[in-house]
Amino acid sequence: MTSSPPAAARGRARRSRSDSRLGDSIFFNLSRGSGILLLVIMAAIAGFLAYRSGIALSKDEGNFLTTFEWNPDAPKPVFGIAVLAFGTIVSALIAMVIAVPVAVGIALFISHYAPRRIAQPFAYLVDLLAAVPSIVYGLWGVLFLVPHMDGLTAWMDQYLGWTYVFDQTQAGVTPRNLFTVGILLAIMVLPIITAVSREVFRQVPRMHEEAALALGATRWEMIRTAVLPFGRPGIISASMLGLGRALGETIAVAIVLSANSVLSLHVLDPGGGTFAQNIALKFNEAQPFGRDALMASGLVLFVITLLVNGAARLIIARRKEYSGANA
Amino acid sequence: MAKRIDVSGLSAYYGATRAIEDISMTIEPRSVTAFIGPSGCGKSTFLRTLNRMHEVIPGARVEGKVMLDDENLYASNVDPVAVRRSVGMVFQRPNPFPTMSIYDNVVAGLKLAGVRKKAVLDGVVEKSLKGANLWNEVKDRLNKPGAGLSGGQQQRLCIARAIAVEPQVLLMDEPCSALDPISTLAIEDLIGELKSQYTIVIVTHNMQQAARVSDRTAFFNLAGVGQPGKLIELDDTQRIFSNPSVQATEDYISGRFG
Repeated sequence: MTSSPPAAARGRARRSRSDSRLGDSIFFNLSRGSGILLLVIMAAIAGFLAYRSGIALSKDEGNFLTTFEWNPDAPKPVFGIAVLAFGTIVSALIAMVIAVPVAVGIALFISHYAPRRIAQPFAYLVDLLAAVPSIVYGLWGVLFLVPHMDGLTAWMDQYLGWTYVFDQTQAGVTPRNLFTVGILLAIMVLPIITAVSREVFRQVPRMHEEAALALGATRWEMIRTAVLPFGRPGIISASMLGLGRALGETIAVAIVLSANSVLSLHVLDPGGGTFAQNIALKFNEAQPFGRDALMASGLVLFVITLLVNGAARLIIARRKEYSGANA
Repeated sequence: MAKRIDVSGLSAYYGATRAIEDISMTIEPRSVTAFIGPSGCGKSTFLRTLNRMHEVIPGARVEGKVMLDDENLYASNVDPVAVRRSVGMVFQRPNPFPTMSIYDNVVAGLKLAGVRKKAVLDGVVEKSLKGANLWNEVKDRLNKPGAGLSGGQQQRLCIARAIAVEPQVLLMDEPCSALDPISTLAIEDLIGELKSQYTIVIVTHNMQQAARVSDRTAFFNLAGVGQPGKLIELDDTQRIFSNPSVQATEDYISGRFG
């Protein structure tokens, strides 16, 4: 700032340059602001959950991780997440096992098999399914799916009962169980997995498909050689989006599942519970302390979701050099 | 294993548009035949009819006959998948499978054909990569991704992948147009070596390349935009470039159009 003329000139030059880059700077700050905001919100949620959980956990008379029952508002508060964590993970797993193969199949049908005039409306229909509110799925589940599950449940009990998991120990009970919930969740996450996979499959470069065909691949072999490996990271990401929804689904599970605090591997027996379902059912009647306890269970769901997503990122990153992104 | 190709009365369509019209020619085994001509004259389309790759484009179809020795590739009982196993193809842009290692790229065709024995696959990988003049450069990193190689190496990898299944014919669609001069030279040398075993057909925009690598040259042309491409003449390369029998060929190779 001592030699004023050059400094002033530099200042002018800088100003005119920065004027012409005003748009850049606005956009940069906007996007940086959004990024920071996201981190702040995440931290706020985590901090809030952790604080309220701390209050609850300090007064829990049972072991929070291994206790089955949920009685935070009893004179001697005893509550634990064992049943909830089990139910959440099992129902989400059942949903993924059913939904991922079907979704990949539908996505391949739309992207590689169906003629264009069928594929277009079909894709639209699948997208539409994603827009159905979960309360509607829940009502459909309890009014239609549950009454129609008897046949399948009996069949599985008879032929797959030896697996223990599909053994039905209480005959003739309404199948408001984890398995039915899993099927309902599968239907709910199907559209999102299908839509994302479909877009990934569509982006497979034509030249890789032709490379496979020119080697004498049939259409299915071409899909196996060129399309599926290329789409693998996309399928994983799509599944994670679906899994996130399945883990956190609240109202549909709350309506369909006949919840109790029994932890049973027999998924065809009614009972069990999930984090989100438990919060939805208990929140209104809970005392302030009971709400803190529910927050603690919410924190666990939050952590499980983070872990699952982290694992998916690792799987994708491990094969990065084969991703096709550099081709 | 090289076979003669005998094409008669071949036309190819994209939907209602006729891309090439009434082409007949004979391609000798164990020789290199180059296709030259201006853009849009149908030389790539014609090349793709020789291994039935033309019809993978929706709405595309072919009329006429392509004989590979005694077998008509377009006979109703012929499976296009089988045709593509015996007529290999190398594309304009190197297209190794990005999700596969160098090794897996080379054996991709064999695996499709059901070969699983490790010893057999190992042998084929070495032989094919040597055949494609790539072995010395990649033998220590066969398990690294094929997409990590340079463009020229990738294209030689694609050639190795094509010859690994021991095809009768090798089709090359402008195989050097995305490569630098040194890589181009490596591919051209390779073509010279491969022709002792294969029937090679190469499409090229580079007339010097046609003159350098081919024994016979076919010149394609089209009457105007939207008109189907036609074969103008096919003759010994030396003759095409010194004393062609059709005036249009002379005009094209001397740079008066195209």
